[in-house]
Amino acid sequence: MAFVDVRNLWKRYPGKTVLENVRLRVDEQEFVTIVGASGCGKTTFLRMLLGEVEPCQGVIEIDGERLVPEPRADRGVVFQRYSVFPHLNVLANVLLGLDFGASALLGRTFGRRRALDIERAERMLDRVGLLSSAKNYPAELSGGMQQRLALAQTLITEPGILLLDEPFGALDPGIRADMHDLVRELHRELGLTVFMVTHDIAEGFSLGSRLLVFDKPRIDPHEPDLYGATITFDLPVGQRPDVDSVVNSINVRQEA
Amino acid sequence: MRLLNRRPGNVGSLVSAAMPFALALVVYVAASGVRLADNPDDKLLPSLSTIGEAVERVAFEPDRRTGDIILWSDTAASLQRLLIGIAVAALVGLAVGVPNGLLPWFGAFWSPWVRALSMIPPLAILPILFIAFGIGELAKVMLIVLGTAPFLMRDVEQRVRELPREQLVKAQTLDGTTWQIALRVVLPQVLPRLVDGVRLSLGSAWLFLIAAEAIASTDGLGYRIFLVRRYLAMDVILPYVAWITLLAFALDFALRKLNRRCFPWYGA
Repeated sequence: MAFVDVRNLWKRYPGKTVLENVRLRVDEQEFVTIVGASGCGKTTFLRMLLGEVEPCQGVIEIDGERLVPEPRADRGVVFQRYSVFPHLNVLANVLLGLDFGASALLGRTFGRRRALDIERAERMLDRVGLLSSAKNYPAELSGGMQQRLALAQTLITEPGILLLDEPFGALDPGIRADMHDLVRELHRELGLTVFMVTHDIAEGFSLGSRLLVFDKPRIDPHEPDLYGATITFDLPVGQRPDVDSVVNSINVRQEA
Repeated sequence: MRLLNRRPGNVGSLVSAAMPFALALVVYVAASGVRLADNPDDKLLPSLSTIGEAVERVAFEPDRRTGDIILWSDTAASLQRLLIGIAVAALVGLAVGVPNGLLPWFGAFWSPWVRALSMIPPLAILPILFIAFGIGELAKVMLIVLGTAPFLMRDVEQRVRELPREQLVKAQTLDGTTWQIALRVVLPQVLPRLVDGVRLSLGSAWLFLIAAEAIASTDGLGYRIFLVRRYLAMDVILPYVAWITLLAFALDFALRKLNRRCFPWYGA
């Protein structure tokens, strides 16, 4: 049985179908990248996996259990922006997940438990290369460092699934390459199952183990919102499949 | 160079800022001089020395009847009312605004009520307050609370709604409960915004304070101004107004400093 099993998933808004009949089976530790034209529903799909958006129809099962439409600790997330808390310094941002788990009433830890948590958080910060900035506030960090922090903050609670919503879209190319290495390493080390939405097709091909393309198989020219998008290509990457045809089909759609 | 690109330096800023104050003083002294030359007993624009004598009388000499120094006892009475009122209003604003902004069901229930409440002109219900709470301290404090709390409730609610959706989702993926998220994510981010809201509502808090004191009180800055008005005692009224202005400025300044000190991440 697949780890993540998506069956017959639909999302409609009044007068607009976003996603239709999405089917997907993903095994544990796969690295799935998701590309597609703007507004094709790839972020909507990610938000449904997150539990933030409820599907109109269809089922998402994770590890055999039906997904509750609410964000949960088994699925970590990093957004393009606003992923970290501006009022907490870097260390406190990473500690927050441990605090939540430890104290229902006060939402933070004290004494010996705190010292152990701080040690653990510092190891995580060291892993993503932010230990020297532990006392800084997020606003004092560069965009790349903020995303490193967002990763550390998410991974400290050891989610099995990592959802990335264009996490590197706002970064410079050099920084982005560093972040790719970091994500690749973390994926391997922690045995994560990753879903990453990206605008950057090259990133989609190079980073993951599997590439999904969201696109509309049918279009009514008089009513373009009538039909929704679905997964039109599902490719194992690394084997260099017919890259050009995929890129062309996306480019054609983006120009349309 | 265009006018819009010309900027005053440090000295220029200081001199420019001082200029209107100096100008107002000069105009006052001149006008006062003209009137007093006409009629030495004129009370409308007293000379600076008359004002000085009045200040000495109210600010440094004990009152013959009560033995208190009037300015200080008035200031203490007024500040006590103002600070209690605004503190209660801030707490109410927080206690209603945060759940209103964070919890859809709570907001659905209370938000329209708060909006309607905030449309009531507080001075129109001042008689009700006097009837309900008597003419003691409670009615005056309640006027300040009722006058400023609805704004603060709505302001806090709005600030909570402005927090990026991503932050709340992220906190949930870290397994935060509603209570934990309110306590660790929402509340600390709303506090400096609440302080800003309080700074904005200080102006109306002073208005309600002075209105309440003018109508029913036996001490306080507003009471004194309206009391001595009967004797056309401009030599007391003018320094009192200046003193109230200074107090209002000092409170605003202190709150701004508080925000800087307690929330260094805010506004960065």
